[in-house]
Parts: sequence; C-alpha cells; structure tokens
Amino acid sequence: MDLTALLLSRLQFAFTISFHIIFPSFTIGLAAWLTVLEALHLTTGRPAYRMVFEFWLKIFGVAFGLGVVSGVVMGFQFGTNWSSFASKVGPIQGVLLSYETFTAFFLEASFFGILLFGRPRVPPWFYLFSTAMVALGTTFSAFWIMVNNSWMQVPTGYTVEKGAYAPGDWLAILFNHVVWVRFPHMLLAAYLTGAFCVAATGAWYLLRGEFHAEARIMLRMGLFLAAVLVPTQLFFGHVVGDYVHDDQPVKFAAIEGRWRDEQPASEVLIAWPDETAQTNRYSISIPILGSLIGSMSFTSKEVGLTDFPVQDRPPVAIPFFAFRVMVGCGLLMLFLAWYGSYANVKETIGRNRLLLWAIFFSFPLPFIAILTGWFTAEVGRQPWVVYGMLRTAQAVTPFLTTRAATISLLVFCAVYSFIFAFGTLYIYRLLRTGPVGTLIEPPTAAVPNRPMSVVDHPATPAAPHLTAGR
Amino acid sequence: MITFWVAVLAISMLLYVLLDGFDLGVGVLFGLARNEMQRRVMLSAVSPIWDGNETWLVVTGVILWGAFPVVYATLLSALYLPLLVMLSGLILRGVAFEFRHRAERTRWVWDIAFAGGSLAATFIQGMAVGAIVEGLPVQNGVYAGGDFGWLSPFAVLCGIGLCLGYALLGACWLVKKCEADVRDKAYRLIPYLSLGLLVFLIVVFGYALAEDLRVMGRWLERPYLLIFPAIGIIAAIVLAASVRRRRDGPPFYMVALIFAAAFATLAISFWPYMIPFSITIDDAAAPHSSLAFMFWGEGLFVFPLMLIYAAVNYTVFRGKVRTSTEHY
Repeated sequence: MDLTALLLSRLQFAFTISFHIIFPSFTIGLAAWLTVLEALHLTTGRPAYRMVFEFWLKIFGVAFGLGVVSGVVMGFQFGTNWSSFASKVGPIQGVLLSYETFTAFFLEASFFGILLFGRPRVPPWFYLFSTAMVALGTTFSAFWIMVNNSWMQVPTGYTVEKGAYAPGDWLAILFNHVVWVRFPHMLLAAYLTGAFCVAATGAWYLLRGEFHAEARIMLRMGLFLAAVLVPTQLFFGHVVGDYVHDDQPVKFAAIEGRWRDEQPASEVLIAWPDETAQTNRYSISIPILGSLIGSMSFTSKEVGLTDFPVQDRPPVAIPFFAFRVMVGCGLLMLFLAWYGSYANVKETIGRNRLLLWAIFFSFPLPFIAILTGWFTAEVGRQPWVVYGMLRTAQAVTPFLTTRAATISLLVFCAVYSFIFAFGTLYIYRLLRTGPVGTLIEPPTAAVPNRPMSVVDHPATPAAPHLTAGR
Repeated sequence: MITFWVAVLAISMLLYVLLDGFDLGVGVLFGLARNEMQRRVMLSAVSPIWDGNETWLVVTGVILWGAFPVVYATLLSALYLPLLVMLSGLILRGVAFEFRHRAERTRWVWDIAFAGGSLAATFIQGMAVGAIVEGLPVQNGVYAGGDFGWLSPFAVLCGIGLCLGYALLGACWLVKKCEADVRDKAYRLIPYLSLGLLVFLIVVFGYALAEDLRVMGRWLERPYLLIFPAIGIIAAIVLAASVRRRRDGPPFYMVALIFAAAFATLAISFWPYMIPFSITIDDAAAPHSSLAFMFWGEGLFVFPLMLIYAAVNYTVFRGKVRTSTEHY
C-alpha cells in the first residue's frame, strides 16, 4: 500500500467534497425559498415577489450548475480512488446512492430545465409545481446522503459476506437513530445558508439605497426565518453531540480536547491541543460543564483520549478547532438573527447602518459553519472510513500510483479554482446588478413564443433572445 | 433480480449514449459555428435538457456501484486518468451553459470550454469502450495494467469513432430542432460525418480481424447477432433518404437506431461478461438483499417515474428552437 497515494487521495476527496458541499447547502435552502416566493406571488399577485423570484432564480442557476458538475465527480471518486472501499460497501452504500440518483437527481434535473427556460411554455400552476419538485429533489438528495454518511459513522443492519458488507436489515440502516438527528441538522444548516445569503443581499441593497421593496422582503423573510431556525439548529446540534458521545466516544473526546478520564469533567472552552505531550496548552476550561454537556449530569465520568490506543484516535486539532469555529458561527448567527428581527419589527433596521453592515458581512458564516461541521464529523471519524470496521488506509485503490494521484489532485485543484473564480464573479455581478428587468408572463395563447423569463439588465451586452416555439 | 438490474443498467447506458450523445455532439460541432447567432441557437437546442441527459451517466454509475460493486470498483480505478479527463471535460462544458450566458468579455473562454469539454468527454467515453472491448489487463479480479494499461491504438481509434458518432447524432438533433442556417449547415455535415463513421467501422472491423480479438470469435459463433448490424444498415439507408429529401424529423431517430443496434451488438456479444473476459454478471452481482431492496423501491416505482419526468421535460421543450426578436 502506497502511503503517498493514500494521503493524496484523502486530500483530493476532502478538497472535492468541501467544494461540492458549498453549492448544495446554498441551493437546498434557495430552492425551498423560491417555492415560497412563487406561491406567494401566485396567491397575493404582488409583483415584488416575482421580481425577487426571478432575481434569485438567476443566482440559483449558476450555483446549481456548479453543484451538479462537482457532484458528478463525487459519484465517480469512490471507484477511482477508493476501489477497495467501493467493492466492500457497494451492496449497502452503492444502493443508497442509487436511491439518491433515482429519487432526487431526475426530479432536480428535469424540472430545473423548466424552471430556467419553461416560464413562457407552461401554465403558472405547473411552473410552481416544477419549482416545488426541484426543492423536493434537493431535499431527497440531502436525505440519502445523510443516510449514507450516517452508516459510515454508526454502521447498522449489516452482515459480512466474503469480506464485503451485505445489507442484513434495511430498516435498521434507514431508521438508524443517527440519520434522524443528522438529516434535520444538515437541512436546517442549508435553510440557514439560504436565509443568511438572502438577508445579507437585502442589507446590501438597503445600504446602497436601492431596490427598497425587494430588499425589505429579503431582509424580513431571511431574518425571521433565521431567528426561528438558529435556536432549532442549536438544539439539533446538541442532539447530534449526544449521538457522538454515545456512539463515537473517541471522536467526542477529541472534540472536547479531553485527554484523560475526568469525573466530573470540565469543559475546555479554548486551548492548544498538543498531541505529542497528550495534553492541552493555554487551556481555559469550566469545571463540571463537561459532564453536564456530555451526560446531563453534575457527576458523570467522561472518557479521555488516552483510553484509546494511539492508532485508533483521530487527529485532535482539526475536530477540536473546527467544532469551536462552527459553534462560534452559530452563536454569531443567533445574535444577528434575533437582534436583526427585533430591529425589523421596531422598524429601526433601515437606520441602523452598523447592523446592516454586520448582516451584509454575515453571509459567509453559514458556509463556514457547514464546512467546519463536516470537518468535525469526518476528520473525527478517522482513522476509520466505516467507523470501527474499515480503516481509511485499507479503503484506497491498492494499485493507485503516486503519480496518477498527484496529477488528479492538481487537475481538480486547477479546474475547480477556475470555475469557482468565475462562478463567484458571475454571482457577484448578478447580486450587484440586483432585481431588475422586465417580467415575462406565462403563455396566454396556444402557441407560446416568448423570450426567456427575464430580460437581462441593459448594461450586459444585449443579443437577441431565443426561445423554443412550435 | 440480477437479470432485472442488468436490463435497467443496459437501458440506462443506452439512454445515456443516445441523449447525452446528442448534446455532447452539439458541443463537438459548436466549434464549427460561424457567429454568435448560430452559437446561441445551438445552445438553445440543448440547454433545457442537457442536465437530465447527463444524469443517465450518474444512473449508470450508481447502478453499477449498488448492483455490481466489483465492476464499478474495477473499471473506475483502472480507467483513473481517462476518467479524470472525462470529468474535467464534463465539468467545463456543464458550467459553460450558465457561465457563457453571464460572461461579458470572456464569452470566448466558455465557448472553448463547451466545445473542448464536450470533445474530450466524448473521446474518453469512446476510448474507454474500446479499451474494455479489447480487454483490460485483469489478474485474479484485480486490474494489473498500471497508469496507462488502457491505452492502445484500438482504444484511441474507438475514441475518434465516438466523436464522429456523437457529432452525427448532434447534427441530426440540430436538424430536428433548428431552422435556417444552423439546420442547413447540419444537413451539409451529415454526409461527411456518416462517411467518417463508416470508414471508422470498416477500420475497426479490419483491426479486430487482424488482431483476432476474442469478441470476433463470439460474433462468428452467434450468427443470429447479425440481425443488429442489419437493423443498423436499414436505418442508415432511411437516414440517407431522409437527408436527401430534407426531412427534419427522421434522421435523428435513424442515427439513434444505428447507435442502439451497435449497443445491442456489443452488449449481447459479451454476455455473460461484464468486464470482458474476466468478470461475469454473476461474479459481480451484489447480494440478493441489495438487489431486492433496489428492485422493490427504485426499480419498480421510481424508474418509471424517472422516465416520465424525462418525457415531461422533452414534451415541454418540444418543437423547433426559434429566434425571437420581440424585444429588439
């Protein structure tokens, strides 16, 4: 087994999956919000809802495209770099991913085309239906991914046949208790991402004094949604912590930065974990709080990392710091969502420029929280790929050469940087331009032959618009 | 159960080849467009449907992983570098659809990305099929060919052949969907592409005879397989006739039929091997509990739904793409 090819494969997987998760986290929430907007527009008839819809649809289009192309890579990577893993867990994980593809991707892909190009060709109810189907598809996709990943965290319902895992009890796999706390945790994270991006955009327009009606809709809906969702998310975060405490004690100890058994345990707020000395430096901790968080008790014994052999421990620093960054982002978001909603109700938000700036600059917070949350979950699972069963080192393609792995890592870095740079540039431009353009109405005649949904801002070079007609 | 999943796999692969085949083909031909108007028309002919088309590739991949994990693991790891190129190509052409529309001064970058990405992905797909047909070096169920074990003149030839094939499919799609100069141009290209494909088939046949590929023996053993080449030949004749008469509808279906015939010829001539001639369908199949779980949910209920979604998508966007000048 070639250690370097293993390390490169791990880097490549971490890089490509981190890149990928940014876009679904954004589009899952955005798709649900587009559905709400379209429904509001159909019921109230207020044109501002349509303007906001069309505006966010363009951004959705760019982000969704990036999510799709980086997602296809993920589907292949299990086979290219992790073929030992793929052949061993295929009967379970391959099946779960096939459910994702069957139930989610076709909903998304087919109705996404209608969303982007179909407005002039379908009746309004069908357009709303298509929007809802895209949202449903993104949610299904998240569900199956969480089932899949939860099986890697806490494998259940399997038997071992001829060195490979075989499903013994599908109900145990699907109704794994871990799935039903982690799936809501991820879904809420995605909705929060959408909410903060929308609110931040609204804040930006108010600061610039533009698009007042649309900006108020974005700010109000984004902040109120976040004000409800952030506390819910903190609750689910705590429940996720409970499963880690019970099912993955070594990961829990790494997150807590707890090296030795403690009774009652203290909670390390911040420290510099030193893996060679097996202790924390510059530690600030609160007595008893560790037992309270871990077991809801003032006296419980909490296990430390040194209970486990060194070869079964995850690296400590990454889960330790990633977890703290995630929680920090969560608390900041809670403050902004509550204070912002309060100011919104009091009608003072328009004058409070400092608050508007803070909300504007808050849009990276949910992304950072999602990435660091996943770092905590995945790095904390090491050295296992299937927790307690299959080591990451045994999962890699046995004949993968360092040369091939180096080339692929470099190519992915180059291609992803390239499309990420342009993707963010285009999204930035769309945001800067704002909700402008002429609305196109749904077909009234039997022969639809209208231009595409929204005409671009006159500042972009105009070329004749195309549409399909009979 | 195994037979059912082999059948769904075959249908998905064929749908991928036919559907993404034409939009990759349009991408290959995109480089030949003369002006912005033609480029826009060509893109509009595939924009609303390409994502669904490409999803069939993912379907093929995950059926392989879930139902035939050994084949998924062996093929994908053996074709490591080619797949890297294919995925990069698919990424660049995929983002080009939206990015090109958003770009101002850098539109040419995405034109190159769309055409180049489509060409690279097509070439790799053809080359991979060629390498698999020729036989990947597999010892005791493990690939043993190194980084470039898939590379051979035959595989490269198949890559070029598929570029011609997808381009032909793409040209016929443009004939079906477009009007005016784009359609006329596609009509002019069809004879050249068809001729190129014919030359390719003759060369491949000759190569296979000369190299005495094992697959040739199987064709000779099973003369009833000749029905598929026969269907292909009839479709080619109808194609020639409808192109001559400038009938926009039939050429696409005829080329699709040629592809389907070629696909069936290949698939049946390898039966029961999944990786010729080392791993059979039964060797590769996942445990019954996996296949049964797939069957009772996604196989029986979701698969027909998927076909319906795709059909809805194509129905909404049926008919010719037109240039609209209402706003200008």
